Amino acid sequence: MERTFLIRHPSVMIFIALLALFTLGATILSEGFGIGLISTSFVKTLGKTLCLCLVAIAMDLVWGYCGILSLGHFAFFGLGGYMIGMWLMYERTKGIVVDQLAAAQLPPTPEEVREAIGAQIFGVVGGSEIPTIWMFADSLIIQLALVVLVPGLLALVFGWLAFRSRVTGVYLSILTQAMTLALSLYLFQNDSGLRGNNGLSGLQNIPGAENISQDVVSVWFLWASALALGAGYLLAAWLVAGKFGNVVRGIRDDEARVRFLGYNVEAYKLVVFTLTAVIAGIAGALYYPQAGIINPAEIAPIASIYLAVWVAIGGRGRLYGAVIGAALVSLLSTWFTSGRAPDIPLGFYTIEWVDWWLVLLGFGFVLVTLFAPQGLGGLVDRLVRNPRAARPQPARPPQSAKEPA
Amino acid sequence: MFRGSFAAALRHGAAAPTPHPSPTHMGAGTWSGRCLAMLLVLVPLVLAVLTLPAHAQTGPIQTVLQDNREDVERASRRTVGPIVDAIIATGSDRAPLFLERWSERVVYQRETDGLFFLVEDEDADPMALIDIDTGAPAGEAPEDDMDQLRPNSGVRGVIAAALVRFQLSDPDPDRRAAGLQAIERDPDASHLAALRAAIDNEPDVALKARKQRLERLLTVTFGADEAARVAAIESFAGDISVDVRATLNPLLSTRTRFAEVLPADANVARTLEPGSDIAIEDAYAMLADAGRVPETVDDDARDAALVANIADGRVGGVSVASLDTDQAREDAYAALAATGSVPPRPSAEDRAAAVADHVFFETYNEPSRAVTDAARATLQSIESRVAAYGWLDLGLDGLSLASIYFLAAIGLAITFGVMGVINMAHGEFIMIGAYTGYVVQQFVPDHTASIILALPLAFLLAFAAGVALERLVIRHLMHRPLETLLATFGISIALQQLAKNIFGTQARPLTAPGWLDGALTFNDVVSISYIRIAIFVLALVFFVLLWFILNRTRLGLEVRAVTQNSRMAASMGISPDRVNMLTFGLGSGIAGIAGVAIGLYAQVTSELGASYIVQSFMTVVVGGVGNIWGTLAGAGMIGSLQKLIEWFNPANTLAAQTYMIIFIIIFIQFRPKGIFALRGRAAGD
Repeated sequence: MERTFLIRHPSVMIFIALLALFTLGATILSEGFGIGLISTSFVKTLGKTLCLCLVAIAMDLVWGYCGILSLGHFAFFGLGGYMIGMWLMYERTKGIVVDQLAAAQLPPTPEEVREAIGAQIFGVVGGSEIPTIWMFADSLIIQLALVVLVPGLLALVFGWLAFRSRVTGVYLSILTQAMTLALSLYLFQNDSGLRGNNGLSGLQNIPGAENISQDVVSVWFLWASALALGAGYLLAAWLVAGKFGNVVRGIRDDEARVRFLGYNVEAYKLVVFTLTAVIAGIAGALYYPQAGIINPAEIAPIASIYLAVWVAIGGRGRLYGAVIGAALVSLLSTWFTSGRAPDIPLGFYTIEWVDWWLVLLGFGFVLVTLFAPQGLGGLVDRLVRNPRAARPQPARPPQSAKEPA
Repeated sequence: MFRGSFAAALRHGAAAPTPHPSPTHMGAGTWSGRCLAMLLVLVPLVLAVLTLPAHAQTGPIQTVLQDNREDVERASRRTVGPIVDAIIATGSDRAPLFLERWSERVVYQRETDGLFFLVEDEDADPMALIDIDTGAPAGEAPEDDMDQLRPNSGVRGVIAAALVRFQLSDPDPDRRAAGLQAIERDPDASHLAALRAAIDNEPDVALKARKQRLERLLTVTFGADEAARVAAIESFAGDISVDVRATLNPLLSTRTRFAEVLPADANVARTLEPGSDIAIEDAYAMLADAGRVPETVDDDARDAALVANIADGRVGGVSVASLDTDQAREDAYAALAATGSVPPRPSAEDRAAAVADHVFFETYNEPSRAVTDAARATLQSIESRVAAYGWLDLGLDGLSLASIYFLAAIGLAITFGVMGVINMAHGEFIMIGAYTGYVVQQFVPDHTASIILALPLAFLLAFAAGVALERLVIRHLMHRPLETLLATFGISIALQQLAKNIFGTQARPLTAPGWLDGALTFNDVVSISYIRIAIFVLALVFFVLLWFILNRTRLGLEVRAVTQNSRMAASMGISPDRVNMLTFGLGSGIAGIAGVAIGLYAQVTSELGASYIVQSFMTVVVGGVGNIWGTLAGAGMIGSLQKLIEWFNPANTLAAQTYMIIFIIIFIQFRPKGIFALRGRAAGD
């Protein structure tokens, strides 16, 4: 089954091979395991980019294939990061606190250790009590489960409410944006239990691996991210290749017709929405230990919109398009905003890319939407001429086909 | 008659010689110093011989001052009271003036004879002296010879309190008002009598009412007679002024006390149930503080005692390493206590028993029960009125927020309703309007003129930007609403960054004209700023204007036709293209005007529009698209809802926004198409 699937879809195999090649190359060039040609921080950037590609695949599934323009998937991404961040921060603080208390004359009681951890983590927001939501923070297994469960459950509940009442199109986009805004505003509060706008920090330090240098840890995370991206790509490709994928594409193109054919449209949408939220959560859980810090600003609606922009630039409705878009735009964005891009002197004015990158991105994106609605992936299709992937994009159903609500 | 003129003549005689020796006095000539000393001794001596009463050369105030010379020179808050009273008791009509000058630090003492004078000009040298009691010129003295009296703030407070009596009966109404204000700011028991005395002969009706009210306020706190106090308290029922509550609330302040049995004479507010009203530990700590029971040993003290008793790595018979649980430490401490090396720790049962033996209760600091009862009843009546006015105030707040949301969202609602596209750059059109206002203000310094100029200019600019956006982008994305959303988002980030590049990241001020400063205040609870009223009026004007355009003009007819069925409208000769363009321009232009209005009370930044965009979307979604009534209802609902949630949780506006968004998500469950759902094809997405 798997063999035939891969043979029928050579693009998946090509992608996996390229990904493996890329990971191998990055490892050889890294400081931790190879010749040290690329710095550790760049290895981290590459690892983070792989995570962004993974969440872009999730976005492509939900938007490019299912037609739901979700402006909330970066919130699920952030939630995943928060869940793993809680364990990282708690365990690391615990290590520090135990070391500190070892100097005291009496051996510390468990209560004292807990109190000291609370004061250490929550002192910055004026508290010392460990909130209830941190009750499993000392268990890696449970927090790993929460990485999947929390975004999944939130997506399940939200999606059920939204799809049940037949909220579609731009309404749904606005509603997901509202959910994202609500979540980030909630996390911005100091009494949300997640350190308000300080967020969680020091996540790059892995408890139990304190003595291992970041050079090595960064490569581990690169491998893990590549593995997750490969698995996510396989899963997504397998899903959209089968009957499920056909139904989902049908929903995108004409929801009412699929419903009249007897399919439970809401259930399909809910599965796609929840599954992609879970993928986004996993991507976030891999991303933030590499970033080292997570705060509510990461979850703000704008981040989810950027995600949509990446997928749109890369090309919706094709998985490699999402990967190309996310990798290209996020790497370009890093390059331009880090000040490494050369300034352009115009004589009367010097274009500094730190200031002008967003203008370029904004107008560039408009141009892509207007003149290359298939995105960069569309260019790949033109070169390769794959009859399956190059099917016409039927994203504009004639208005007469719609039902009055 | 004879004595008066004689005394006056003497005063001249006494004053005349003094300036003469002073210049040499500081010149350190020994001869002149001696000469001066002789004069000093001789002159009063001669005068004393010449005049019959010893102080006849001085007036009554000067007499009082000379009698207490030491205390006047080094006046302190405690000693100055009797002197001030004595000065007032002289009955001299110059007493208030003197007291005022004294507290203003313009009374001088002549070093040579210790007499006190007022001076004409502090900076002159020599100083022209003025007699305290008559106001007549009293010769001159070089500055070096005069010591300034420098009463400290405590003394000045005492003087000010005494002065109030005069101020309250001053012929000048402004000074009487100032005197009342001084009492209002710092009421004191001593004011009561003065105030009562000054009521009857008050000619000004308004001031008289104010005096009477203040008299009742003072009676509440300082009155001697219980019945009078109760009457005064009850007279304030329903008066929502802040000062009334500030006066009544201290009457109900309580103190927690305990006793074996509840005392009969105490004015008990309530008894406290240990364990529910008061924690057992706190109750026990009260007993321990009073020395009734042994002090409790808290965990830190226990651990410190354990550390202090460590010997050979063991304490209380167990090894230190095993003390890593609370119970182990407890046991070790008990073992230590058994040997007598540390005080025993009262067990939880002991503490509960000790607490149970006592009654804990709160008593009012005010001893009279009648007064506290009246105060409570009156405060209750006041509170219920305050609550009612609070709702009114909340309603006004909600209304003003709603008008802002309405202005921000109506343009969005129109474009969404007519064309089915969400314009993510709508917030940036608001920003364009706000920056237009700012730039106009740089060229037109007059705020009123600049606002009048900025409003149409902002409309035009945003209109042009909207038409350009429609022509260049949105027209080509017709029937692809999701792509339109993203493309306009691209425009939005580009415009935002452009604004940042041009105007910088710091906030730019858009100053409201002077006549919009301040607030319309109805009473101590209800007030609304003029800017908000102006925005409300603006929103109202635009509502009426839009209603008129949509329902009473040719354009409105065409817009409604395109909204309902653009193909059918096209076949009837309407150009949907033109209608779309005009509608989009109109919606954007209104956003520009909203920008000027919002900029008036918020700082103008490149993120100004973005911070309103989600609320605008919510307003449109809740209200239902393509219908100005829907937007009105949506804005009203969201504005008042946000204020209501903020009222429940005033400390946390972030939480308020979170809850509001959650509420809206739930609301959409029941009315997915908003309050005013459109019917027909336009209702599709």
